[in-house]
Amino acid sequence: MSTTSTKTEKVARAAGVRAATGSAGPGRGRKQGSKRGSMGVQNFAGWLFSTPFLVLFTVFMAFPIVATLLMSFTDFGLRNVTHPLEANFIGFENYTKLFSDEKFLKALFNTAYFVVIGVPLTILLGLVVAVLLNNGIDRARTFFRVGFYAPVVTSIVAVAVVWRFVLDPSDGLIAGLFSEVGLTAPDFLGDEKLAMPSLIAMAVWRNLGTVMVLFIAGLQAIPTEVREAAKLDGAGMWQEFRAITVPLLRPTLLYATVITTIGYLNVFEEPFVMTQGGPSDSTLTVSLDMYREGFNFFHMGYASAMAYVLFVVIMGITVLQLRLLKDNTK
Amino acid sequence: MKKRLVYVLLSVGLLVMSAPFLWMALSAFKTSSELTASPPVWIPTEWTLDNFSALLDKLDLPLYFMNSVIVAVLVTVSNLVFCSMLGYALAKLNFAGKNKIFGLVLGALMVPGNLMLLPLFVLMSKLQLIDSYAALVLPFAAGAFGVFLMRQFMQSIPDELLEAARMDGAGEWYIFWRIVMPLVKPALATLSIFTFLGSWNNFVWPLIATNDPDKYTLPVALATFATDPNKSGGSNGMLMAGSFLIVLPVLIVFAVLQRHFTQGIATAGMK
Repeated sequence: MSTTSTKTEKVARAAGVRAATGSAGPGRGRKQGSKRGSMGVQNFAGWLFSTPFLVLFTVFMAFPIVATLLMSFTDFGLRNVTHPLEANFIGFENYTKLFSDEKFLKALFNTAYFVVIGVPLTILLGLVVAVLLNNGIDRARTFFRVGFYAPVVTSIVAVAVVWRFVLDPSDGLIAGLFSEVGLTAPDFLGDEKLAMPSLIAMAVWRNLGTVMVLFIAGLQAIPTEVREAAKLDGAGMWQEFRAITVPLLRPTLLYATVITTIGYLNVFEEPFVMTQGGPSDSTLTVSLDMYREGFNFFHMGYASAMAYVLFVVIMGITVLQLRLLKDNTK
Repeated sequence: MKKRLVYVLLSVGLLVMSAPFLWMALSAFKTSSELTASPPVWIPTEWTLDNFSALLDKLDLPLYFMNSVIVAVLVTVSNLVFCSMLGYALAKLNFAGKNKIFGLVLGALMVPGNLMLLPLFVLMSKLQLIDSYAALVLPFAAGAFGVFLMRQFMQSIPDELLEAARMDGAGEWYIFWRIVMPLVKPALATLSIFTFLGSWNNFVWPLIATNDPDKYTLPVALATFATDPNKSGGSNGMLMAGSFLIVLPVLIVFAVLQRHFTQGIATAGMK
């Protein structure tokens, strides 16, 4: 983030300088503008070009963000969908209720479980594939990259439906593999202990490609001279990886970790389509709980409080990750 | 030797990655007895289209396909225009408040979509837009990711070029449409693909914003069908056929245009 903003400032400054020198020349054809005239034109144009986005942003993002916060302090229910202003202010009641709601605490735990196991697995496997693709493979690189990235672009619903079938204990693909070696496959999605790991496996399968592409871009940005210098100094493959690849990949690692974590904290589609949160709420995630409270039971004030708790958790973890991983570079 | 090991590892990985797709594609063409056979049958002995015809009898797929296409096209076009406009302003224009707007865009990138769902639903209900294309399109008509992507690409256009045009008396609107947009065609291609697929695969909002089955998009129709045993009758064959029909066009488009994907992800990631 900080590198981005300094870059922006630099660019802005550079653009400012150029704009000033530009208009100090023969002047603008239309207006024969002075310095101020050119700035005025750019000011006007800048806002004009920003307006459509800003209008959409205000109505469909800023307003809902604020509205969710306000709703979380009310008893917003089904009748308030047509009469929003008649919802009653109830202070922090939704929030206090949340933290004694065992279902929500379970959802919070399940989400944490999903993130804590899923994120490192996704990052690690994505990195391994990227490093493999970057070392020694030339001709088939595109082919492999397409193969590993394909799950990312496909509809999560279709993919979840397929996985439900793959994991089916009686006629699924995995059951088939088990029976080939004379074993009986467990009921992955029907077993409280196995349901969440199954969803994590699917998420890793699906998101590994994104991380891989990021790491490939990061690896290719490392100058070959640096690698060659290390080799000349007698560094082995592992030493080169530790001393050169890992430190230089840190910005990519940071970005990949942050976006994967945010995505996994919001996990919704996988449990919605595959398990509906079951068995016995073992795959109920915060987003799924929020969806149900809000749109099945219309406890919208309560669901808004959930959304904000999740948002605060996401912001907190993102800031923490940015700080932790940045400090390491020093 | 080392190269061979890398190839072996990658091939095993690729097989694991593509197994669910292969299983889906093969199962879509199996007869019902082969679908439920134990031990499972891998390759159908008798290829059949029964699953597809049964699915088409139960689900009006052409309708959902059209809904998905209409929504995705509208979302894509509006993103191309609006994100490019702001991207141009942020990359090439100097104006008061510019840094604040860029901060807003970066902030918007980080806000989870789930946070907006509840009030958006209330808003759309109040506007009586539930079950309309407007409800499906408007919240996605301009995304922060698109602005960010376009800004990154537009920054590489030399300022001297734009200055020359300005000196020749070109207005900003003309410069934007006639000079900048043609120069960023690859970026526009990348953004179109991302936005189109994002919309094509979008699930949560269309699920909330539609009650009338006639307005369902493909993923909503499939999910509703898959999670309701009364409708699907637990037929995996039909579900595999449905998944196959949703996934196949996407995979083909992706395989052809994959360069744009990786470019887009990499650009967004490098900052």
